[in-house]
Amino acid sequence: MAEIAYWEAIRRAHEEELNNDPNVIVMGEDIGVAGGTYKATLGLYDTFGEQRIIDTPISENSFTGIAIGASMAGLRPIVEIMSINFALLALDTLINAAAKIRYMSGGRASCPLVMRTPGGTAHQLAAQHSARLARMFMSTSGLRVVTPRGPLDAYGMLKSAVRCNDPVIIIEHEQMYNLRGEVPDEETFRPLEGAEVVRQGKDITLIGYNYSVHLCLQAADKLAKDGIDAEVIDLRALKPLDRETIRRSVEKTHRVVIAEEDEAPVGVGAEIIAIINEDCFFALDAQPIRIHAADVPVPYNAKLEKAAIPNVDDVYQGALKAVGKI
Amino acid sequence: MKASDRKRLLREMIFYRRFEERTFEAYMERKVGGFLHLYSGQESVATGVLEVARPGHDYVITGYRDHVHAIKAGAPAREVMAELYGKETGSSKGRGGSMHIFDPSVNFMGGYALVGQPFPLAAGLALACKHKGTDQIAICFLGDGANNQGTFHETLNMASVWKLPVLFVCENNLYAIGTRIERSTAVTDQYKRVCGYDIPSSQHDGQDIDVVMGSAREAVNHVRSGKGPYFIEYLTYRYRGHSMSDSGAYRSKEEEKQWSKRDPIILFTDKLKDEGLIKDEDIKAMEKEIDDEIENDCIKFSEESPEPKVEDLHKYVLDDNPDPRWIGPLQNNEA
Ligand SMILES: Cc1ncc(C[n+]2csc(CCOP(=O)(O)OP(=O)(O)O)c2C)c(N)n1
Ligand SMILES: [Mg+2]
Repeated sequence: MAEIAYWEAIRRAHEEELNNDPNVIVMGEDIGVAGGTYKATLGLYDTFGEQRIIDTPISENSFTGIAIGASMAGLRPIVEIMSINFALLALDTLINAAAKIRYMSGGRASCPLVMRTPGGTAHQLAAQHSARLARMFMSTSGLRVVTPRGPLDAYGMLKSAVRCNDPVIIIEHEQMYNLRGEVPDEETFRPLEGAEVVRQGKDITLIGYNYSVHLCLQAADKLAKDGIDAEVIDLRALKPLDRETIRRSVEKTHRVVIAEEDEAPVGVGAEIIAIINEDCFFALDAQPIRIHAADVPVPYNAKLEKAAIPNVDDVYQGALKAVGKI
Repeated sequence: MKASDRKRLLREMIFYRRFEERTFEAYMERKVGGFLHLYSGQESVATGVLEVARPGHDYVITGYRDHVHAIKAGAPAREVMAELYGKETGSSKGRGGSMHIFDPSVNFMGGYALVGQPFPLAAGLALACKHKGTDQIAICFLGDGANNQGTFHETLNMASVWKLPVLFVCENNLYAIGTRIERSTAVTDQYKRVCGYDIPSSQHDGQDIDVVMGSAREAVNHVRSGKGPYFIEYLTYRYRGHSMSDSGAYRSKEEEKQWSKRDPIILFTDKLKDEGLIKDEDIKAMEKEIDDEIENDCIKFSEESPEPKVEDLHKYVLDDNPDPRWIGPLQNNEA
């Protein structure tokens, strides 16, 4: 078991899958010769060559479309889109094509595409480089959407995504690429479905995904000092969503806070609360609380940016409110 | 061109270079955050083209490498710097930052991060000019890499069919971040790619500002005279990495050296010297004056300006003073 960085975990998954199957190809801007904006494909060009590690022009909709076509014909493309903001240019092909090809063909065609892209705010990257958008993919039938919170899932979910026969959107995070964590030395696959209880507790459930899991974990540490025993759930997969784990936890703790880095309207938190209403409304002892970004484009100014994006203290305060301490 | 104008142009280019290099320092001091893309090496393109257009009157739009375009278009340099500092007095009130400088008061309609996004916006500005029957034109500055977006092709087609008064200026600096043009682009001469749209186009040396002005003047006249769009390509080179997070290590030292010999400021300085318009001492004095101006005006103003207030986080998302006639609330609507 070695401790490696998130980007190294992704790189390793690429390498193993490229070695495993000659039909795996990788496409994206600056991923080859330049080694990738986040180093997630570093060195692969030298090892696997330009036929499999393909530097693309800045043509997101069309190169993603090309990857989709290739996947229909048996290849296993992994597409990196430099930022989820740029993935918006590929939404036509992702949502109108990739997500619907299996269905429209009555199951006769499929599209085993993997698209990786970082969402989230970093530091002062301003409105056109700070989108999160998980909720948009989450609301599209026919896609799988996963949000690895650390190196193990980043590695193991990418490997599963390559093997899986559905289009899989992997949402990473600008601020997580250097995050370190343990990954087994032997080949490991992590499932593309299922939430994970990453900390057990009995007083309140904190639910996060992607980067916000870390906010929840830190808030849980703070709550522990106040004698509040928080359970933390990492959703891991936003589509399909694991309702069961949410229900079980809420039936145990009776209180819940959902933390998302996105704006709230029509968001992940809204969906989770709807699910709680449907599945375990009567288990609640307090109204569910969602912690989310302010409903504004992300500002450049550092102070405004900080005010717009949820932090650990916001989650902590939300939890105090849910347990009736404020 | 008058001697005083030639001297002014040289001063402007030196100012832009020093301005950009000063923002680099400010970034190192962490006064400036986010992504910062510098224009050093390409000054002659924006300076030359806008010199022969009508800044303040014509619309100008570009990508994220936008400081110099904004200033030459008429945005006060101190406000551009204050924007980089994230201050309330900045061109975009601290909300946009380096990549999103806006100054609609001089028809500078913004810098955009999404590669290729400004093409249709520029055509739309031109459509409005045509619709209103003004003699304005729209000028769109973008890089070579942007021409691989669908928006490039779709926009050229419409601009041509509708004879829109838009000038597309392609700043071909041979790279899109770390990818050299021939690895991404089938036809590397960008002006040739336009022939499928029946738009006149040409390619020129972008480092010699006289060449830029001469060629741009023709292009601007063509567009302004109502004959429809024009596409002009300038061969140029950026000195620094793509942004602060890029060292530019993918480029050879030899290539960098070749281009530094064709530095637009040195080329123009040498000409003015040959023309007897300027001497070394004048340049020294000019540089000193420029540095003082950047320090005492741009930097001081930026340092001393207030930050936006956190209470104002929700400002500028929608119209802050909407007319209730259009917004509501509905009358007699008690639950
Ligand atoms: C839609 C989109 N895709 C990718 C990017 C990332 N990106 C930013 S600049 C750039 C290269 C652009 O090159 P070029 O158009 O030649 O302009 P230059 O930076 O050379 O001035 C890329 C790929 C982006 N900002 N937007
Ligand atoms: Mg370029």
